[in-house]
Amino acid sequence: MSEKNTVEPLLEIRGLKVGFSTQNGDVTAVNGVDLTLMPGQTLAIVGESGSGKSTTAHAIINLLPGTGKITEGSIKFNGQELTALSESELEKVRGRQIGFVPQDPMSNLNPVWSVGFQVEETIKANGVASGKKEIRAKAIEVLKQAGLADAEKRLKQFPHQFSGGMRQRVLIGIGLSANPQLLIADEPTSALDVTVQRTILDHLDELTKEKNTAVILITHDLGLAAERAEQLVVMYRGKIVEAGPSREILENPLHPYTQRLVAAAPSLASRRLSSVKKDSSVAEFDLSAVAAQRTAAVAAKETVIQVTNLCKDYTIRGGSGLKKSSFSAVKNVSFSIARGTTMALVGESGSGKSTVAKMLLGLEKPTSGDIVIDGLRVADLSAKDLFGLRRRMQPVFQDPFGSLDPLVNIFNTIAEPLVTHKVGSRAQRRDRVMELLDQVSLPRTIATRYPNELSGGQRQRVAIARALALKPDIVILDEAVSALDVLVQAQILALLHELQQELGLTYLFITHDLAVVRVIADNVCVMSKGEIVEAASTQEVFDNPREEYTKKLLEAIPGANIKLGNKS
Amino acid sequence: MANKDTHYVAPLDETPIAAVDSVSVAEKPSNLWIDAWRDMRKRPMFYISGVLIILVTLVALFPGWFTNVSPDTNCLLANSNAGPTAGHPLGFTKQGCDVYSRIIHGTSTSLSVGIVVTVMTAVLGILFGAFAGFYGGWLDSLLSRAGDIFFSIPYILAAVVIMSVFSKNRDVIVISLAIGIFAWPSTARVLRAEILRVKNSDFVMASTAIGVSRFRILWRHVLPNSIAPVIAVTTISLAAAIVAEATLSFLGVGLPPTFMSWGNDISQAQGDLRTAPQTLIWPSLALSITVLAFIMMGEVVRDALDPKARALR
Repeated sequence: MSEKNTVEPLLEIRGLKVGFSTQNGDVTAVNGVDLTLMPGQTLAIVGESGSGKSTTAHAIINLLPGTGKITEGSIKFNGQELTALSESELEKVRGRQIGFVPQDPMSNLNPVWSVGFQVEETIKANGVASGKKEIRAKAIEVLKQAGLADAEKRLKQFPHQFSGGMRQRVLIGIGLSANPQLLIADEPTSALDVTVQRTILDHLDELTKEKNTAVILITHDLGLAAERAEQLVVMYRGKIVEAGPSREILENPLHPYTQRLVAAAPSLASRRLSSVKKDSSVAEFDLSAVAAQRTAAVAAKETVIQVTNLCKDYTIRGGSGLKKSSFSAVKNVSFSIARGTTMALVGESGSGKSTVAKMLLGLEKPTSGDIVIDGLRVADLSAKDLFGLRRRMQPVFQDPFGSLDPLVNIFNTIAEPLVTHKVGSRAQRRDRVMELLDQVSLPRTIATRYPNELSGGQRQRVAIARALALKPDIVILDEAVSALDVLVQAQILALLHELQQELGLTYLFITHDLAVVRVIADNVCVMSKGEIVEAASTQEVFDNPREEYTKKLLEAIPGANIKLGNKS
Repeated sequence: MANKDTHYVAPLDETPIAAVDSVSVAEKPSNLWIDAWRDMRKRPMFYISGVLIILVTLVALFPGWFTNVSPDTNCLLANSNAGPTAGHPLGFTKQGCDVYSRIIHGTSTSLSVGIVVTVMTAVLGILFGAFAGFYGGWLDSLLSRAGDIFFSIPYILAAVVIMSVFSKNRDVIVISLAIGIFAWPSTARVLRAEILRVKNSDFVMASTAIGVSRFRILWRHVLPNSIAPVIAVTTISLAAAIVAEATLSFLGVGLPPTFMSWGNDISQAQGDLRTAPQTLIWPSLALSITVLAFIMMGEVVRDALDPKARALR
C-alpha cells in the first residue's frame, strides 16, 4: 500500500457535481463525487439506472448530453485540470489520452460509412499516424488487436455486416487506437449475449493489461464489476455510498444499499445458497432465500404442458430477386412441464426461445409438431376453444414500457381480460382488480393512473396483475425481468415465487440469464440455434452440465468465477 | 478517501436509502392527452387562435349579433365602390352593398365548407388508413392504391372539373364534396404510417394473447395511439379547405353569386383594386385571419401532441 502511494494518481475527482436544467428547474445528477484512479488500475462504477454512474464518466471528458453541466468540483487528469480546459484543448485529451467505449454497439457506428473509414478517421483525428498508407496499416493493426481475424477485408465492410459483438470489438479498437492512458467503458457489453460479453471483456482485459491502460468500467452488474475490476465504487442517487477493493465490498458490504445489491444480484445469490445470513434490512431482496426454498424436491406431478417435435420454419426472401429460402427458427423441440413447477427455457438471442413461447400462446402457428395443454391439442382447437384456452394461459412480456397501452389507465388495463372474457358484473370486476393490485403489492390508488407515470418494475407488476386476472394455471414469462434494475428484478422474482406458492401456478420462464434461472426454476431446457441441447433439473444443469454449450454459458455468468469465502 | 485498499462507506445520514420502487401518487394522473392539454394551456398562441376561432364561429352562427345591415337587399348603385360612411365602416361594393355586412354574412359559408370538408376527409382518411394499415395484405394494397389514384390528381384541379359538371346545382354540400373527395388520401397516409408503427407494439401482442378480437384491438388500442398526428393534420386541413372554397369561387367555378362567400366577393372586386381597394382588402383580410387562426391552432395541437418536440423546447 505504501509503495503505491508514491505514484501520482492518474485521475483525481474531487467534489464533482453535475446538474441538468429541465423544465422543472435544475436537477442534480451527480452530487459530490470523489474518485482516485492509479495508472493501470481498473475501477468499476456500479449503480442502478439514474444513479449518476454514466453521468460521472461522461463528465470526465465533458460528453454530457444536452443541458448537462459541471456545476462544482475538480477533475485532475495527470495533474491537468480538465474542467478548466477549452473545447479545443479537451479535444486533444479525448481519444489520445482518454479513450471511450460507448454502450450500444448497434447505434454508435455510422451506418453509411465503412468500418475502415471510421477507424481511419479516429486515427487521423488523434494524430497517431499520418500518410494514407500508414493510417491504413494502423487501422488494420487496430482491428487485428481488437480481435477481428481478417481485418484487411473487414475494413471495406459496413457496420450492418458485423454482428453486435464484432461492432463492440471495433468500438473498443477505436477507443484504444491512440494508446490512451485511461479507457472509459460505459456498459460496453450490456447489449450482448453472455458468451460474447465474456470474450469481449477477456479481450479488453488483455489489451489494457498489455498497454497498462487504466479502465473505468461502468456497469449495473455487480458480479461483472467484481470480476473485472480491482476497485469498486457503488453509486446511489448521485452519491458514492461505498468504495473500496471489490472482493472486500462483496464479502463485507457495509452500506445498507450495497447490502441490498449484493443480496439481490442473482449471480451472487445462487452462490450464497449455503451461507445465508439473515438480516431484516435485506430480507426483502434476498434471492438466496427464494432459491433455498426452491431446492426442496419437487414431487412428481401431472404434466400440464406437453410439447413434442415442435418445428417452426420461416420463409425469407433471398438476396437476389424473388428467390425464397426457408429458415428453421425452432427444430424438433420437445419438453413437458409438470403442474405447479417452473420450467426455464434458456438461450442466447436467436436461439428460438421466444418463438416457442409465441407458438404456445397461439400467436404463431407451428410448422409441425404438437402442443398439448392439459390433454388438449392446440392445433385441433376451434377459435372458440382457443379463446377458452387463453383464459387458462397468460403471458407477461419483456418490455414493461411497451406491453401496456399508454392511453388506457391501470384499472382498465387489468380489467381488460375480465371484460374480454365477460367475467362477472361491473362491481365484481372492480373488486377483482383491487384484489389483484393487492396481490402484486401496488397501492389501490394507482388504478386511475396511466402507465407512463409508473417505473419499469411497477409496470411489470401491472402486467403480472393483468396476466393473473382470469386466474390462469399457466403463466408464460418471456424475459419478464430482463429489462429491470437488479433490486427491482429481485422484488419481482420474489413476487413471482410468492404467487406461485399461493396460487399453484405453472411457469414457463424464458430468459437469456442463467443466473436468474437458478433462483427461480425447477427444470431447465437450454436452447441453441433452435434446438434443445440440454434438459434437466436446475440442480443438475448447474452442478453437472453435460453439454459443452451449457458449460460455456455457465462460465460466462458474470461473477461466476468469484470465490466467495465465508469469512464474513 | 476512496484510495487504494481503503474501504470507504458513506455516512448513512448523508445517503438515506429510499424504498425500492415506491409509488408516488402525489401528482395528478397524466397521459398523452392530459399532458397535451396542460401543455397547450401554457401557450399564448393557443389563446389567441382559440379566441379567433370562437369569434369566427359566433359570427357564422349568429351574423345578426354583429350587423343589422342587409348584405344583399337595399344595395344602392349610387353607393357603388364608395368609401366608408357612418353605419357602413368598411365602405361599399361595386353593387353598392355594405362590405362589412357581406363579410359577416359570408363567414358561415366559408366555415361550413371548411367543417364539412374536414369531417369528410377525416372519416374517409381514418377508414382507409386504419383498415389498410392494420389489416395489411391485399386489403392494404387495394386501399392504398385507391388512395394513390386520388392522391395523384391535384384536388383543386379535380374540384374544378367536378364543379363544372355540377354547374346547375352548386351549393355548400356540392363544393365541399368536390374538395373533400380528393383531399382525404394525405390523412389516410399519415394514419396508415402511424398504425403500422403502433400495431407492432407489445401491448397489441398482449391484448391478442388475452383473446381480444382484432377489431376491438384496432378500435381500442391501436387507433387511439395513432390518431394524434391525424388531429394535427386535420386542423390545418380545415384552413386549406376554406382557401380552396375561396379559390374555386374566385375562379368562377365555386358557389353561384347568390351565395354570400368571401371567395365570391374577392373575385368580383378584383377589377376594382385600384379604384376601390377596400372591396378586395377587407374580405381577403377576413379570409387570412380565419385561415391563420386554424393553422396556428394546428401548430399548437401538433406541438402539444409530440412529446419529443415538447422536450426540445
